[in-house]
Amino acid sequence: MFMRKVVSIPDRWRVFFTRTVTEISKLGVDSIPLVIVISLFIGAVITIQMKLNTTSPLMPAYSVGLATRDIVLLEFSNSILCLILAGKVGSNIASEIGTMRVTEQIDALEIMGVNSANYLVLPKVVGFILFMPVLVALCIGTSIAGGYLVALVTDIISVARYEYGIQAYFNEWYVWYGFIKSLFFAYIIATVSSYYGYYVKGGALQVGTASTNAVVSSSILILLMDVILTKILLQ
Amino acid sequence: MIEVKNVTKSFDDGRTVLHDVSAKFYSGKTNLIIGQSGSGKTVLMKCIVGLMRPEQGEILYDGRDYLSMSPDQVKNLRKEIGMLFQGSALFDSETVLGNVMFPLLMFTDMTPAERKERAEFCLERVNLKGADHKYPAEISGGMQKRVAIARAIALNPKYLFCDEPNSGLDPKTSIVIDELLSDITHEYGMTTIINTHDMNSVLGIGENIVFINKGYRDWVGDKNKIFRTSNEALNEFVFATKLFQEVKDYIISHSGEHDGQ
Ligand SMILES: Nc1ncnc2c1ncn2[C@@H]1O[C@H](COP(=O)(O)OP(=O)(O)O)[C@@H](O)[C@H]1O
Ligand SMILES: [Mg+2]
Repeated sequence: MFMRKVVSIPDRWRVFFTRTVTEISKLGVDSIPLVIVISLFIGAVITIQMKLNTTSPLMPAYSVGLATRDIVLLEFSNSILCLILAGKVGSNIASEIGTMRVTEQIDALEIMGVNSANYLVLPKVVGFILFMPVLVALCIGTSIAGGYLVALVTDIISVARYEYGIQAYFNEWYVWYGFIKSLFFAYIIATVSSYYGYYVKGGALQVGTASTNAVVSSSILILLMDVILTKILLQ
Repeated sequence: MIEVKNVTKSFDDGRTVLHDVSAKFYSGKTNLIIGQSGSGKTVLMKCIVGLMRPEQGEILYDGRDYLSMSPDQVKNLRKEIGMLFQGSALFDSETVLGNVMFPLLMFTDMTPAERKERAEFCLERVNLKGADHKYPAEISGGMQKRVAIARAIALNPKYLFCDEPNSGLDPKTSIVIDELLSDITHEYGMTTIINTHDMNSVLGIGENIVFINKGYRDWVGDKNKIFRTSNEALNEFVFATKLFQEVKDYIISHSGEHDGQ
C-alpha cells in the first residue's frame, strides 16, 4: 500500500532530480567518513585475527590476505556495512519524515495536492540505492587497505604475502554478489525507515520510538534477506 | 461557498467525534468555527479539506461533491485550497522564500524569476520583508504564521483554511494576524474558514460563526448575535472570562432582549 503511493510518477521531474541529488549527498556522501573509519579498523582487525587464528604450518602464509579479502567481499562490505548504515541512515530518515508528520508538514504537502509519500520517499530510496555501490566499493578498498597497514607497520604478516594473498584465488562473482546484496539492503533501509517515519502518530516521543523501530526492523530484515540472497546467489 | 451536510466522523477507538454536523461557509466572508479545545474543530476542518474522511455526509465546494471525486479531481481541487496549520507547518529545510515558492514550483510553469516575484509579492502582502533567506527555525512564531499565510495564498486559492491561526501568539500579534486574514478574504473574495477558541477573534472578524459543542453543531450566527444567545453551552464558552461577562451585562442592560437560535 505504502509503496504504491511511493512508486508513482513524480509530479515534477525537475524537483524529483534535485531532491534525489540532495538525498545522495545527505544519505550517501555524508556517510563516507563513517564508512572509511569503520572499514579501516575492521579491515585491520580481521587481518590480525586471521593471523592469530591460523598459526598452523599447514596453512600457507598468504591465507591471511585471502581470508581477509573474502570476508570483506562476502559479508563485511555489504551485510555488516548495511547494518551499521541502518543505524545512521535509517534513524535519520525515520526521524526526518516522522518530524514532518507530527508537525503537519506532510499534511501541508497533501493539501497542496502533492503526493507526499512519493515526494518525500522516492528520492531517498532512489538516491540511497544509487549511492550504495560507491559506499560498498569504498568499504572494500578501505578494509583491504586497513589490512595492508597492519602488514606494513607490524611484523604480524609481511607485505608481500598479504599482497599475494589478497590476489590469490580471486572469484569475481563474490564482488557482484556483494554489490547485489547491498542494493537490496539499501532498498530495505530506505523504505522501512520511511514507512516508520511516515506513519508516526503523536509527538516527539513517538518520533524517537519510530526511529528506533526503523533501525531494529531494517536490521532484522537485512539479516533475513542476507540468508535468502546467499542461498540464491552462492549455491 | 462550502457546504457541509450531515457529516459524521468517528475514530478507530469507536469514539464519535462529529455528530451529523451541517454548516454553510460563505465566499468573501470570514467563517469561524468556534468551540472548546477537544470539541472537534480540527477534525471538522480536516474532514472538509480531505485529510480525514467522514463516514457519512457530503462536502460541497461550490456544489462539487468532494467525497465522490476521483483522485485527479481531488488533486485539482486541492490547488484551489490553501491551508494554514496550527503549528504553521513550514518546511524546515526550505528558507522563507523557498517555502512560499514551493507551491509555485510544484504546480505552475513559472520561471524561477516569476516564482520569486510572486513569492515576494505574497510576503509583502503579509507584511513580511527582509526574512526571505532565513529558515523557519530562525524566525518568531508570528512571522512563521505570516509565512504560512503567504504560502497558502501563493496559488491564489479560492478556499482558505486556518486552524487556530493565533494559537501561541500574543494578543497584539493575534489581532494583526486576524486582520490580515480578514483583509485577504475580502480582497480576493475567498471562502475563508478559521478554527478558533479565541473570543477576541470572534468579536474581531466573526462574520459567520459556527459553534461546535462536543461534536455537535450547536449554534450558527454572527458576532452581533453571540452576546444575545440563550444557548447555554455557547454562553458558557463565550463568558468563560470575566471581561466578556461584563461586556454582556453592559449589552443586556442597554437593550434587555435575547435572541436565541
Ligand atoms: N487522529 C485521531 N485519532 C483519534 N482521535 C482523535 C484524532 N484526532 C482527534 N481526535 C479526538 O477528537 C476530538 C476532537 O479533537 P480536535 O478536533 O483536535 O479538537 P479541537 O476542537 O481542539 O481542534 C478529541 O477528543 C481528540 O482526542
Ligand atoms: Mg484543534
